[in-house]
Amino acid sequence: MKVCMFHLMPYRDLPADFDQRYNSAFIDPVWFDVADSEKVGQYYNATLDELLYAARAGFHGVCTNQHHQNVYGFMANPSLMGAVLAKETNGQNVAIIQLGSTLPSTTPPTRIAEEYAMLDCISGGRLVAGFPTGLPSDAVISNGVVPIDQRERYREALALVIKSWSAREIFPWNGKHYQLGMVNLWPRPIQQPHPPVWIPGAGISSTAEYVLDHDHCFCHLSYRGFKNAKDVTDRYWEMAAQKGRDDNPYRLSFLQLIGVADSDAEAEDLYAEHAEYFFHKLLYSPLHYQAIPGCLEYGAMVQQLRHNPRTEVDPHDLKAKDFYERGYVVVGSPKTVREQLLDGIKSLRMGHLLALLHFGSMPTEVCKNNIDLFAREVLPYLKDQWDDRYEDRWWPERLRAKRAAPAMAAASMAAAS
Amino acid sequence: MAAPETRRLKLWQDRIETEIEVSGSGPPLVYLHGPWGLAPDRAFIARLAASHTVHAPKFPGTSSGDTEAAHQLDDWHDLLVCYGELFDQLGLTAPPMIGHSFGGLLAAEIAAAAPKSVSRLVLIDPVGLWLDAHPVPNWMLLPFKARPAALFAEPEGEAARRFFEMPTDAAERVETLAQLNWSLACTGKFVWPIADRGLKKRIHRISAPTLIVWGDADGVIAPVYAEEFSKRIANARIAKIARAGHLPHLEQPDAVMKALTAFIAS
Repeated sequence: MKVCMFHLMPYRDLPADFDQRYNSAFIDPVWFDVADSEKVGQYYNATLDELLYAARAGFHGVCTNQHHQNVYGFMANPSLMGAVLAKETNGQNVAIIQLGSTLPSTTPPTRIAEEYAMLDCISGGRLVAGFPTGLPSDAVISNGVVPIDQRERYREALALVIKSWSAREIFPWNGKHYQLGMVNLWPRPIQQPHPPVWIPGAGISSTAEYVLDHDHCFCHLSYRGFKNAKDVTDRYWEMAAQKGRDDNPYRLSFLQLIGVADSDAEAEDLYAEHAEYFFHKLLYSPLHYQAIPGCLEYGAMVQQLRHNPRTEVDPHDLKAKDFYERGYVVVGSPKTVREQLLDGIKSLRMGHLLALLHFGSMPTEVCKNNIDLFAREVLPYLKDQWDDRYEDRWWPERLRAKRAAPAMAAASMAAAS
Repeated sequence: MAAPETRRLKLWQDRIETEIEVSGSGPPLVYLHGPWGLAPDRAFIARLAASHTVHAPKFPGTSSGDTEAAHQLDDWHDLLVCYGELFDQLGLTAPPMIGHSFGGLLAAEIAAAAPKSVSRLVLIDPVGLWLDAHPVPNWMLLPFKARPAALFAEPEGEAARRFFEMPTDAAERVETLAQLNWSLACTGKFVWPIADRGLKKRIHRISAPTLIVWGDADGVIAPVYAEEFSKRIANARIAKIARAGHLPHLEQPDAVMKALTAFIAS
């Protein structure tokens, strides 16, 4: 089992009436009305500090991601964050998980191949290469990608990137969306023929199918918790079996919001405002900015229309205790959290848990305490899961050896600070 | 009125199949639908069919069984050559051509690329030009609640109600929504993210007498654009339609029919 710290880098200090002033956390909020560059500088630094803190505390990996024009998370270029993390974690047994740069909105996509190769070189072969298609609002609004072209561009771009990493000859790429006469990438990644490829998805079966066809790792980035993800992951494992793939849990990564404190009551109280801030203010994305015609291929669109997401609950109608009860956020004492997580890990068959230990308006001290408690009191109970039977083929090869207990790493960190 | 006959043509080295709804009798006429697909325009097409044989092709990708056709056309050049092939197969030489919204842009591009291929041109609230002082909102990104007021002069009126009405049967509802979304997706490919893809450089080539019809309460592309189109086309006149939004042919069909019948007959 691998446990990785995920971070969105949100705006942590929105005005209280933000969700009355705006109908969306994406696109609409005007920078100068709500944000402050000095504060944002602090957020970027705090985000890096928190991820590095998790790395030292014994997490297996640290994750960045790319979003644009919103308050929910704005690592506009995750490679910039990844570069700091790669450099600062040299010598540590930690993967740099870029989850990641969005191919359809970067032209030519060899730019991302170069950035990822740089990260793999800087980190000494510790890169996990994540390739999201990008949220519709990111790709087609912020970056102007034609909606119906988004997935076609993505697939062509990924094929080009992977070829460019390992091709021995200079080659021309005469594609539909990209034409390059002479591709000869400098640098190439240390990991050959390519670093592990992880592909995030929101549960669309065409993405899962693509991931399985190419034997990559599927990352289900849901904010509704493992309790509400079983239908998606069951479909994924069924499809894996149909396609003759094995049941190796490392084929699946899953994101979960988590808050740990000394007792259940303390955790429920401590994380309430941050959970409500996350779901009420940050995750405030109207349908007209995400269900943009063309972003889903025809079959997936029909599938989604049949599923009828309009019946889903509006998070604004829910309070912190509802988010806890419904499993959107796993909160509690270390014992509660590890029991719940182990249930989820087994029930979904996830090999990589992406722990969102910073969410919403959480100040950095609260986040670091969360990381610390998790690393000492939860992680040791999870880490041996699956490893007796399965090898993580979607992990940097140099990091696959059995590692020291995270608690020891945390202790040495405490001694050093 | 008899139901339209649906013809199905293979185009583009057999990589595209397009349905053409043919209705009525009389001299031929081509009708090019807007971003919302052919379905909402059928009532208007039925009026045209009283005096003409109307050929109404579905935009590539919006015909049943060939949802991927838009991927076969990369750009406006492909699109215009493909429509040329379509008209050749239909045996249409220089028919009058009516286009609404995106279909108006398509008709204008066809008439500019091949001026002799269109005898008369009717553009109903066409998109395709851009004025910084009057930016055209992206109709694919309008908040759902704002759509009736953007498209109709009377958002609560009968025409708006019919346009937005969804079947109560679950399967029919999915089918209707899928058609609507996919029409937006396929047409959107050629105007994303801004419906200004160079018509201004080509529009001077239009030689067909042109009628520019505009709903005077159009909330998508402001009526001031009627003058922009008119001044760039050598032989153009304008008919503003009162109490109509972006879809005047649905909201005030009598007034639109009156203007264009006189024009086509003249």
